Amino acid sequence: MLVVGAGPAGLAAALGAREAGAEHVLIVDREPEAGGILNQCIHSGFGLHHFKQELTGPEYAQRFLEQVLEREVDVLTDAYVLDVDRERRAALMSPEHGVRDVAARSVVLAMGARERTRGAVRIPGERPAGVMTAGFAQKLVNQAGYLPGRRVVVLGSGDIGLIMARRLVLEGAKVQGVFEILPHVNGLSRNVVQCLHDFEIPLHLSTTVTRIHGHDRVEGVSVAPVDEALRPLPERGWEVPCDTLLLSIGLIPENELSRRLRLRLDPVTAGPVVTSGMETSRDGVFACGNVVHIHDLVDYVTQESLLAGRNAGAYALGNAASPDNVRLVPGENVHSCVPHTITTDREHVVYLRVSRSLKPCTLRLGASYERPLRYVVPGETVMLKVRPRFLEAFHGDTLHVDVVPREEGEA
Amino acid sequence: MNAPARRTGYLCIGCPLGCRLEVVEDETGEVEVRGNSCKRGLEFARQEHRDPRRMVATTVRVVGGRWARLPVKTVEAVPKAEVVALCRALHALTLTAPITMGTVVLADALGTGIDVVATRDLPAHT
Repeated sequence: MLVVGAGPAGLAAALGAREAGAEHVLIVDREPEAGGILNQCIHSGFGLHHFKQELTGPEYAQRFLEQVLEREVDVLTDAYVLDVDRERRAALMSPEHGVRDVAARSVVLAMGARERTRGAVRIPGERPAGVMTAGFAQKLVNQAGYLPGRRVVVLGSGDIGLIMARRLVLEGAKVQGVFEILPHVNGLSRNVVQCLHDFEIPLHLSTTVTRIHGHDRVEGVSVAPVDEALRPLPERGWEVPCDTLLLSIGLIPENELSRRLRLRLDPVTAGPVVTSGMETSRDGVFACGNVVHIHDLVDYVTQESLLAGRNAGAYALGNAASPDNVRLVPGENVHSCVPHTITTDREHVVYLRVSRSLKPCTLRLGASYERPLRYVVPGETVMLKVRPRFLEAFHGDTLHVDVVPREEGEA
Repeated sequence: MNAPARRTGYLCIGCPLGCRLEVVEDETGEVEVRGNSCKRGLEFARQEHRDPRRMVATTVRVVGGRWARLPVKTVEAVPKAEVVALCRALHALTLTAPITMGTVVLADALGTGIDVVATRDLPAHT
């Protein structure tokens, strides 16, 4: 079995596959070491669900890697997977082995996600040095030991941006402010408090960067509030001097290999369409982690990837699971749901993302099941455990998932 | 002759609702929490008001390692007021690889009784 990517998803998938009895499991990663993005996420807050204690990213990665190596999984680092074909033959490339073909009975895609860059938001200006994604700055600071700038502006209020604002202050830089085009923060309120308030970093909501100044190096940015349609109001804008602009404006699943395999992709999640066993539209090709949809917590990635690994392992041994018989369709106020199909005879965890905030509200699974929720926000995944008994009286093949305001008089 | 009550605002970190909490402290030091919508908010406001603490995670310079920096953390939360000074003290250190996870990098940091430890193995550069 071949696993593409040695981040938290790939490591958990390999463990799952060994649990299911797969004998030869190879993980391939392009970085010099396993662990993926966790190695640069040095802050704590990981593992509360999976390990029942609060770990830093590197600790979480190392614990997993130790388990993987104990189970005699092969980990090949510094290596690229150039291609995977329909017969699940992969072309690998590494300085050590050159280009080499590997045949696998099943494949798990665990490539993770890439940060959106300046091109995704089209900020006018020249192309000076000093514009970079928050995650790249995180790698520079936490691993390479470089401070990317002295005076920093952060665009976007995702968790990595908030965490990097604090990180840069602790490393001696001045953070001029965090600018978010939406009227609410994208990251956790924990990070607003502990990263911004603690260090008196100004947060400007409904405000965005409208221009980058500087030719060789960033010299400053223009910022302006936006109207309800998110259009900047330049007459009310101002200038912020800085030498660095960090972008924390979202993640995109990294699906080059999925496209080469011509997998069905979900236009909303930008990841492959998957079954309840995390199998893609191609037999024997599975996917898990941020390559499928962006997760809030690494613990959820682990949970999903163990499942994908178990199923990919079983497939490699010729014990593929029975096919799904119900399609899940995002309905009212549901932006996406993963997996895309389930069965009526097993228990499943479904991850939902809502389009808008509501409190209190009701989560509905067709006419079969409903559950009250205290609140929903777009930034936080709703996890729904679907049990066979919910669907005992259901005989259709499509279930709409809705999150609607709670009606008067409901408990 | 009552001294005016002192009001302090906090943003709750318990869940994404982010309730705006208000702690009202009277002249006897009694505190009342307002604005919370659950018990966690109440506990958070009391702790944050009485003794705010933070887990600190930062990096320390390393020579001879795979990476130039070693990630480290405090094993317990330290008083919030010590965070910046602690990071400064850690910046003054230079370690030599290899280093194993859990190694104490700075014992009894700033007299808090709390150790700072390495959060990963860092092999020597090959």
